[in-house]
Amino acid sequence: MPAKNSASSPTRREFLKSAGAVGAIALTIGFEWAGSTRRAIAVPAPSAGTTFAPNAFLRIGSDNSVTVIAKHVELGQGAYTGIATIVAEELDADWAVVRVESAPADAKRYANFAFGMQGTGGSSAMANSWTQLREAGGKARAMLLAAAAKEWKVPVAELRVEQGIVYHAGKKRQATFGALVPTAATLPVPDKVQLKDPKDFKLIGHHAPRVDAPAKSDGTAQFTIDVALPGMLVALLKRPPLFGGTMKSFDAAAASAVPGVVKVVQVPGGVAVIAKSFWAAKQGREALQVEWDDSKAEKRSSAALMEEYRRLADQPSLPARKDGDAVQAIKDAARKVSAAYEFPYLAHAPMEPLDAVVKLGATSCEIWAGDQFQTVDQANAARTAGLEPQQVSIHTLYAGGSFGRRANAGSDYIVEAVSIAKAYGADGTPIKLQWTREDDVHGGLYRPMYFHKLEAGLNAQGRLTAWRHVIVGQSIIAGTPFAPALIKDGIDGTSVEGAANIPYAIPNVSVELSTTTVGVPVLWWRVVGSSHTAFAVEAFIDEVAHAAGQDGLAFRRTLLEQQPRMKAVLELAAEKAGWGAPLAPGKGRGIAVAEAFKTFVAQVAEVAVDKNGQVKVERVVCAVDCGTPINPDIIAAQMEGGIGFGLGAVLYGAITLKDGRVEQDNFNGYRVLRINEMPKVEVHIMPSAEPPTGVGEPGVAPIGPAVANAIFAATGKRIHVLPFSTSRAT
Amino acid sequence: MSTSFVLNGKAATLDADPTMPLLWAVREVAGLPGTKFGCGMALCGACTVHLDGKAVRSCVTPLSTVSGRHVTTIEGLASTQAKAVQAAWIKLQVPQCGYCQSGQIMSATALLETNATPTDADIDSAMSGNICRCSTYSRIRAAIHAAAESIKG
Repeated sequence: MPAKNSASSPTRREFLKSAGAVGAIALTIGFEWAGSTRRAIAVPAPSAGTTFAPNAFLRIGSDNSVTVIAKHVELGQGAYTGIATIVAEELDADWAVVRVESAPADAKRYANFAFGMQGTGGSSAMANSWTQLREAGGKARAMLLAAAAKEWKVPVAELRVEQGIVYHAGKKRQATFGALVPTAATLPVPDKVQLKDPKDFKLIGHHAPRVDAPAKSDGTAQFTIDVALPGMLVALLKRPPLFGGTMKSFDAAAASAVPGVVKVVQVPGGVAVIAKSFWAAKQGREALQVEWDDSKAEKRSSAALMEEYRRLADQPSLPARKDGDAVQAIKDAARKVSAAYEFPYLAHAPMEPLDAVVKLGATSCEIWAGDQFQTVDQANAARTAGLEPQQVSIHTLYAGGSFGRRANAGSDYIVEAVSIAKAYGADGTPIKLQWTREDDVHGGLYRPMYFHKLEAGLNAQGRLTAWRHVIVGQSIIAGTPFAPALIKDGIDGTSVEGAANIPYAIPNVSVELSTTTVGVPVLWWRVVGSSHTAFAVEAFIDEVAHAAGQDGLAFRRTLLEQQPRMKAVLELAAEKAGWGAPLAPGKGRGIAVAEAFKTFVAQVAEVAVDKNGQVKVERVVCAVDCGTPINPDIIAAQMEGGIGFGLGAVLYGAITLKDGRVEQDNFNGYRVLRINEMPKVEVHIMPSAEPPTGVGEPGVAPIGPAVANAIFAATGKRIHVLPFSTSRAT
Repeated sequence: MSTSFVLNGKAATLDADPTMPLLWAVREVAGLPGTKFGCGMALCGACTVHLDGKAVRSCVTPLSTVSGRHVTTIEGLASTQAKAVQAAWIKLQVPQCGYCQSGQIMSATALLETNATPTDADIDSAMSGNICRCSTYSRIRAAIHAAAESIKG
């Protein structure tokens, strides 16, 4: 993702009165029930009364409604609630009336400062909303106070605000925000605002329940799959079975004969069956006869690829970090340690299979999706449709998970949906492209497969003197428009993050990268590089500590003197877990620490291994330092979720290829964690006054190595091949 | 061809292919989208509904097989147990992305309707067919216990 700093300040006056307003009226997705069919339609915001919208992130209605506009998509990570918490805090709003609406696709107003465009990822939502939204809330509050002062003819200094009501003690007056809206809307937006002293926070760092929990507990939360527009059709796409395959010919006769199938169309990605219902489209797709051209397809198997990666690890590679002379220092070392780790492709497998609704006309393209990459998707949709980006509008809905999948440079699922709507005739008929789980598991854009080779040298006193880390695997960024910004001197930063910035104080360090070319499309997967580098670093440092005859915690601590925040989470997790306390036979405790997206996480895992080698992770103690904790319960939830997500991956997760064909199809072959495998998790949040950083991804990084190290403690066996289920079998 | 059954307490007749899975019939024909599609093979539980009070995977239940029977979806939940489960889900802030939660709530409700005081093992057995990729499992377990407690009073 482009790391461009083009922070445009949202201080420009931007008033709108919804009744008879000149200019934009914010559109929201509303729902109408017509008979038995649920319809999602774009409707103007409530038109009764005046709306006060001092900036692009906030609207206060004369009905006292407080609407926060989120530039980040809600994928489950709690972005909507976090965003609303920040605004409501500085506004002193009544949390009970705060609602959140997704921003339209508009990079000018809604760019993510970390990317220089609109999109969600890199656990960046809180970090880049912090100042922007505190100011948005604070300025609105200042204007409401100024309105009250004007109406009551009193100094602003004599006013106070509590839960959406402005009070003047002397005159015994009070007014709701809504009552002050007409006056506030006529006042200038202040250039500067005094933000709260953190000691006065009432929501930040306290309990603000999720804004989406009620709708997600009664079935009313609106996902893309739930969009139903009048006349809408459903499309399923038959794609080439091999990556890089193309369509040679197709016979639509049998598919067209399925009742409910409306049209079969060829698109660049395959052949689409468009029908009146999902079931008809699915049956139509099964009946469709397609001959594929596999001549240019990737036909290798995972085993052959890993064999090649192992060979490449011994060939010359590119330097990602070089301190001193690690190779020589290892040669000279009193004691040498080496290990290699193998990581498979991983699918994201969000619970909601990818889907998008597209309404394409001659001059406009309207998209409904759990959209994670609005600016990129808008541009790709426009290019596909033959329109200008500004002719493409995006309604961002709740996404049923993503873990990185919905943000990709090619906008795969969006482009498919637009190309199908175009092939259908671009006549304004809304078409919903629905992926099945098999489409998702077979669909590529996986976390890449990697091979890591590590060597270390210890001196006679058991001090770590040298560290060499070679990483072999595909680049996520190569071939995308982000390459110029994110690939430096041949090094894709996402391939080596978590390894090149190894936090331990070691005099000689060499981190090297060998980038491979494979015809399997790859993508960032929750916690990106650290999904494999953290395992390699933290499993290997444990092996090195053991070789040095030292305890894993003590060994790490001595190497983290210059890393106070990392050392502190490590110590906190160890202390809360009772590190060093005796455990029953067959049980073991392992520790790991990682920094990802400037958040520090340490975890201690306790495992029980039975006689058959079955691993049960019983307890995980997690310490996290994410700067100022905005919403502690969401931080805890993201650590819990990250642990479960990462644990499922290291225990079972693997996409494997046999002659180029993906061997898994659904949740039977691609196993994920289930409730009976979820450990007890305790989360401890480090108090901090540092600026907030993200929590959606970092919790995933340490769990794999913490568990692997615990398995070693219990059994004396090291895990070198992931997932663990593979290791047990070999 | 049409199939008649009781949907959320009311007589319903759906005009659809009788081999169509109940999932798609309730979503696209009856217009009740709370029940979700996750795998299509009874592997993930996102599509869980109650058929005559028992939790079933609607993605592999042909519409024809529910003829004359009682189907309850998330939209029709009304029992004491269901309300307790939904209240506990909010109180313990269970949902993250939320997509699987209709199915989780249907399975949890069916469990409490037959077992007022489920143990952790009971929860494992009743809930292990419901995948949550956000791994909200700890809170699901806690919320089921909390719902059971709240019913006991």
